[in-house]
Amino acid sequence: MITKKRCVAMLLAGGQGSRLGVLTKKRAKPAVPYGGKYKIIDFPLSNCANSGIDTVGVLTQYEPLELNEYVGTGAPWDLDASSGGALVLPPYMSGQKGEWYSGTANAIYQNINFIERYDPDYILVLSGDHIYKMDYSKMIDYHREKGADATIAVIEVPMEEASRFGIVNTDEEGRIVEFEEKPPAPKSNTASMGIYVFNWKTIRSYLMQDNDDPHSDNDFGKNVLPAMLAAGEKMYAYVFKGYWKDVGTIESLWESNMELLDETPQLDLHEDGFRVYTRNYAKPPHYIGDGARVKNSIIGDGCKVLGEVENSVLFPGVTIGRGTTVRDSIIMQESDIGKACTIDRAIIDEEVTCEDGVVIGGDKKITVVGTGVYATKNSVIAEGDMIEPGRVLKQD
Amino acid sequence: MMRNDVFGLVYAGEENINLRELVNLRSVSALPVGARYRMIDFTLSNMVNSGIRNIGIIPKKNYQSLIDHVGSGKEWDLNRKNDGLFILPPYDTFENTGSYNGLVDTIKGAAAYLRRARQKYCLLTGSYTLYSGTYNEMFEQHIDTGADITILYNEEKKCAESGGHFKDLRLTLNDDGRVTDMQYKSQKSSEKKVAMDVYLIRKDLLEYLVDDAMAHGKYNLITDVFIKNIKSLKIYGYRHNGYVARLNSTSAYYKTNMDFLRPEVQEDLFSKDRPIHTKVKDGAPAKYGQSAVVKNSLIGSGCIIEGEVENSILFRGVYVGKGAKIKNSIVMQDGRVYENTSLDQVIVDKRVNVRPYSNLKGNESYPLIIPKGAVV
Repeated sequence: MITKKRCVAMLLAGGQGSRLGVLTKKRAKPAVPYGGKYKIIDFPLSNCANSGIDTVGVLTQYEPLELNEYVGTGAPWDLDASSGGALVLPPYMSGQKGEWYSGTANAIYQNINFIERYDPDYILVLSGDHIYKMDYSKMIDYHREKGADATIAVIEVPMEEASRFGIVNTDEEGRIVEFEEKPPAPKSNTASMGIYVFNWKTIRSYLMQDNDDPHSDNDFGKNVLPAMLAAGEKMYAYVFKGYWKDVGTIESLWESNMELLDETPQLDLHEDGFRVYTRNYAKPPHYIGDGARVKNSIIGDGCKVLGEVENSVLFPGVTIGRGTTVRDSIIMQESDIGKACTIDRAIIDEEVTCEDGVVIGGDKKITVVGTGVYATKNSVIAEGDMIEPGRVLKQD
Repeated sequence: MMRNDVFGLVYAGEENINLRELVNLRSVSALPVGARYRMIDFTLSNMVNSGIRNIGIIPKKNYQSLIDHVGSGKEWDLNRKNDGLFILPPYDTFENTGSYNGLVDTIKGAAAYLRRARQKYCLLTGSYTLYSGTYNEMFEQHIDTGADITILYNEEKKCAESGGHFKDLRLTLNDDGRVTDMQYKSQKSSEKKVAMDVYLIRKDLLEYLVDDAMAHGKYNLITDVFIKNIKSLKIYGYRHNGYVARLNSTSAYYKTNMDFLRPEVQEDLFSKDRPIHTKVKDGAPAKYGQSAVVKNSLIGSGCIIEGEVENSILFRGVYVGKGAKIKNSIVMQDGRVYENTSLDQVIVDKRVNVRPYSNLKGNESYPLIIPKGAVV
């Protein structure tokens, strides 16, 4: 039996994340690994679990295989409920019609039937693009106290960066008076985090309206939210304080990983009461060898480090051979780095093999090596290169 | 395949007085080992990796931490609708006294579970022997030889290399691998073949032997059943060639953990094909600070290391402050070793706080044990 839910979360996980280049050739952006253990999608899923939201629709579209398998029954996030839970929702055929999700609003529109099954008071719309820890229940409480129709989570960004974001301008009470999409001269620095709470009945009618409009891009930010504001709906901004980062580019993904290495990082992954959950694989503890040197780094389970690792993040099952130096880099799951290699400022995707003496990257531009790449003995990957998944590199 | 034919029966109630403070609050099966695991993890994983899907665990006392650890058996994929994991604590009925004299009445106490098990064979095992492997080939040999009982054993390089004969069952085998003699707790035996506390036996035969011994007021499975019937039963040995440790004393416990630092032991215990599962803690990956210096150590997830760690085992969620020096030591889960402390040959049990500037030193044959939850 399906029980009524106060709030159903809809997680938009269909994003391609094309600015992540070779890292998203074979996976959707929310499946991109982060922080020595996690995937981006772990953050919104764990936030839901830690906020008491037990029904999460995960909307997939681009390269869904890895995500489908990863989310599974939702058990790693405690989202395997007898009613609700984490449910993967790909686009599907209905009657004679079937279509891809054409925009964020359309993705929700196409799943109206799914949401209606739970008869929720609110829906929470999330994206799978950001790294942050947030208790959504506080935002929902705020939404209810304000008697709002829609609430948008906002965060203060540095004024000089504000023109990169969707800016939300409010009155003194926090009621939204204006949206500015990537404005050249922003009026404020409160940026939308792409997290929305809506009264279900209200948003439902706007989604229907939007779908009937052939000129609409079916996007929340571009179409639906402005339409609601124009119609005079009560829309509020909820100010979030804490770490929040869009990891949609190689630079920002690298930076965000490096920020975890700060002495007291803004994003505390060791915090007890608000754990970030992830799918765990049975790996032994990691081993640091006799001649190894590990400094200012994060090391996952099952790693074997015999060389030097500094200012770096190693995911589970990575091997670093004797005499190898890894600096300012991110090396993802099961990659095997041989002896006497040098890796500098690089992102190495999963299951990459480097034979002995391989040199990767330099100290300025970030170098990216796609999953499954095989670098033979003494081969060189130049600074700033992006190596396509699965390539075999030979010494010139 | 053994999958459908064998169920596992684990007795987790051994008395191991030599383990001192380590087993005051827990049974040996729940003893933390190898920076991440409990003894029972190896037992359960070995069985699951052999395709066994029905496992009963018989705890005896101090079993709260064991039950807390194994839970529904989810981590071993043992939370099944058919079969799965069963915890069979002692209880008081007109048949049972609620406590056990020996292994015979221990097994008798689980008679109802045995009766219900649909598998033909029982893999009976204790929980203080640590090794990694599957039972598939042992099972094949059991069928091929037409054995009544097959005993898993390992061969020592020299007699009693693991330090003494405590609880040892030593086997004498003929050329066919059949056991012709057994010596139990013998100080004189020169046999290098030591049983690993793992017995494969037909369920109905086990039930019969247990009933028969009980009827004669006999409770010791090894002496009253196996040794007594060595002529009439076809008992065979099967040799395990990998790493074996017996956690029957504090020094053995210490040495076994230190063995985990050896690459060949790591390779033997942690094969990719047969993962060792344990309770998931969802800790963040370990973090090393600017001043961290770590050498030849095994580190669990969730650790934060600012100090120096050498030849040591750190379990999950351990904190090592700046200027702290941990050498040749074992620090269990959530231990906090604060600034400028020094630890050498110390076993630090769970959730211990070692205050700044403390200096603790033990001895290899008699390591210093800091009991669970202590503040030093």
